[in-house]
Amino acid sequence: MTQAAELIRQHLIDPEICIRCNTCEETCPIDAITHDTRNYVVLPEKCNNCGDCLSPCPTGAIDSWRRVAKAYTLQEQFGWDSLPGDASSDDAGTASEVPEEVAQLTAVANQGQGGLLPPPWSAAHPYIGLYTLSRPATATVSGNLRLTAESADSDIRHIVLDFGSMAFPVLEGQSLGVIVPGTDANGRPHHLRLYSVASPRNGERPGYNNVALTVKRVTLDREGKPVRGVASNYLCDLKKGDKVQIAGPYGASFLMPNHPGSNIVMICTGTGSAPMRAMTERRRRRMALKEGGELALFFGSRTPEELPYFGPLKKLPAELVDVQLAFSRVPGKAREYVQDRMRASGDKLARLLADENTYVYICGHKQMENGVEEAFADLCRSSGRDWTKLREQLRAAGRYHVETY
Amino acid sequence: MSINYAEKIPNNVELTSNKSLQRALEQWQPGFLNWWGEMGPEGSPDYEVYLRTATSVDAKGWAHFDYVRMPDYRWGIFLATPEKDRKINFGAHKGEPAWQEVPGEYRSTLRRVIVTQGDTEPASVEQQRHLGLTCPSLYDLRNLFQVNVEEGRHLWAMVYLLHAYFGRDGREEGEALLQRRSGDTDNPRILTAFNERTPDWLSFFMFTFITDRDGKFQLAALAESGFDPLSRTCRFMLTEEAHHMFVGESGIGRIVQRSCEEMKKLGTDDPAKLRAMGVIDLPTLQRYLNFHYSVTSDLYGSEISSNAASFYTNGLKGRYNETRIDDDHRLEGAEYPVMEVLGERIVTKHVAGLTALNERLRDDWVADVQLGIDRWNRIPEKYGVPFRFKLPHKGFNRRIGSFAGHHVSPDGAVLSESDWTHQHGEWLPDEQDRAYVQSLMGRVVEPGKFANWIAAPHQGVNKQPVNFEYVRFN
Repeated sequence: MTQAAELIRQHLIDPEICIRCNTCEETCPIDAITHDTRNYVVLPEKCNNCGDCLSPCPTGAIDSWRRVAKAYTLQEQFGWDSLPGDASSDDAGTASEVPEEVAQLTAVANQGQGGLLPPPWSAAHPYIGLYTLSRPATATVSGNLRLTAESADSDIRHIVLDFGSMAFPVLEGQSLGVIVPGTDANGRPHHLRLYSVASPRNGERPGYNNVALTVKRVTLDREGKPVRGVASNYLCDLKKGDKVQIAGPYGASFLMPNHPGSNIVMICTGTGSAPMRAMTERRRRRMALKEGGELALFFGSRTPEELPYFGPLKKLPAELVDVQLAFSRVPGKAREYVQDRMRASGDKLARLLADENTYVYICGHKQMENGVEEAFADLCRSSGRDWTKLREQLRAAGRYHVETY
Repeated sequence: MSINYAEKIPNNVELTSNKSLQRALEQWQPGFLNWWGEMGPEGSPDYEVYLRTATSVDAKGWAHFDYVRMPDYRWGIFLATPEKDRKINFGAHKGEPAWQEVPGEYRSTLRRVIVTQGDTEPASVEQQRHLGLTCPSLYDLRNLFQVNVEEGRHLWAMVYLLHAYFGRDGREEGEALLQRRSGDTDNPRILTAFNERTPDWLSFFMFTFITDRDGKFQLAALAESGFDPLSRTCRFMLTEEAHHMFVGESGIGRIVQRSCEEMKKLGTDDPAKLRAMGVIDLPTLQRYLNFHYSVTSDLYGSEISSNAASFYTNGLKGRYNETRIDDDHRLEGAEYPVMEVLGERIVTKHVAGLTALNERLRDDWVADVQLGIDRWNRIPEKYGVPFRFKLPHKGFNRRIGSFAGHHVSPDGAVLSESDWTHQHGEWLPDEQDRAYVQSLMGRVVEPGKFANWIAAPHQGVNKQPVNFEYVRFN
């Protein structure tokens, strides 16, 4: 998300702050911390980032991280008087903090594209980690609207957060971290939850310092057992005027191209539509500039009632975006998935893929990945191309972005 | 090992299952709170302080931060997780299962050890009770209070042991711990260093850096004890103690940094010029260091001690990092070097290792202090200031042990009475030094502001910003 794929996030101890109290070494369950007469150090090949050592450290020296191509050896660490400088440092003292859990969530979400990838060449430069867990931004809820029909099982909401006079610059495709107040059953603070921004860079309402989120109230876990999603229920229950603590923004790869004539292919399900809405809206607001480029949206849900933004989507002008909706659970109708709509638009997609100004974005449930990949592979076969090869080219050029969960 | 907070006394020792112990401690509790009200931080009962409270003794739960009024702090009884099948690791009982009850023959010795340790905890709160009125920042004020409440908790830890394992004698000792007062002529605290005043923040930082480090080493030696409840108590206390040394080490470090800044700016090391700028010149810091170091060194007792030998042989108090030392853990035939004054010279002789355990623990402490000094010295080095701090000789300004009655200079020369009288003002803070330091002590409580004589810390507490409102005055 913030760094090139091959960088490792190395856990270090700041020798300038450490007082050698030995608490970390005593605490570490796998003996990944050791010391000499000078410094306490972390064994890079052993530390599994479990975090057990973080809160007992009386000084905060333990909470130091560097992104490096090659891990600092023990000998190097023993020789330090202070941590080496690092432009990509994300420790507490710098502005661009990306918490471990954000890095992990991103890694999982990006598996489908094979790790971290560059953004489109014409993407705007993103701000990252301006606000952190310890120094969050405070937003005020200025709207909370149910997007799905009252009759639908799923409760998906459009939540607007206003940052007032606090700068929170965000680009389409970026996400922000919601800090849920309180602690879990074990007395620990809740984890940070990431949500993609559903509004374009100049605000949900142009010229306002606000952002929109698309949040589905989680009531079932992946196996279909009842569960109460902590963050989603917190967000869905927010009232106008409530205050929310926000970290971020995060994300430096899943960003839209900005050059005239660039095409965007968007494939999504459910709340994966959030970044697509943001990009589409950005383009809609610039239609008068006649910059060219096509938008194609493949959007799947179980029923029209459960499809967020169903109404507004149908009102979008056809010259802005080609909207293809797929419903998998409409009584009396055959099940249709996004890949089916993609195949139905095969010629158009093949033409777009061949254009180097086309950028592909996939966001939504993990299950959709395979179907979408197969559809692309079929499409390529019929035009005599090799999808695996093409995908590599697209990835390397920052033209293929996947965020699935 | 979660802590039961539903109880009047938070604990992880299943206090409810022992009704008579629970009742006894619940009777002691109001006395403790009275003592805190009377002798705890002055004027503080209504302050809301951003404090660390343990919610469990494991890594995830023991550092929970929130605003707390200090009288509402959840003082309680927390023991480290028991080690399964723990053995006695040294002395004549080596290899036997650790004691879960006090062995009758060691009862009075153990009680004395626990009382002596326990007595230092409320003593330091008493020594520091006026400091809040002259804090150099909200950040430092919060750290002082964190140290204070944890010293209070350490008293609880020792009183729990006294009540749980020493019957009526223990309960009486528990009462007496609340009766003695630091510096009181009629009923003083047990150890001399804990009857000294902590008149200013420089002394406080020196105390936490040097004297709390003695606490660390004493606790570490007791954490090796064959008496398992004492061991588990001390292990958890050590986790808290680390913060106290951090306060001291970083506090002095920040003073050194501020002084070096001014030295560079003015291009001088003239104490008078630096004092005119309202910072503390480095030689004055060195004199304070000499004082606290030598006074604390006395806390380890005589170099040669048959008491220390029997504590060890009987499995009551081990060496620092006992289980990591590679030897027989009985010290049969072992020797240890000890210094003494012979005429005008200091000589080193080898004595039975068993009798030199005080000296050994002192040496471990000296090495640890030295590492902290080394880190302070990196600050003038970074500023290009040639001054370096140096620990005085072990025999300097000692009142206990083989150096008592002799005069030794910081570099280890034995001095005559007249030489000492003539020179010791160069090595120990005098009235003028103390008056100058005292003159700097104002009260700075605006978030993010720091007194002129101390630099801001590298980072705040629990990742909060440095200008966080660490204490709310109500």
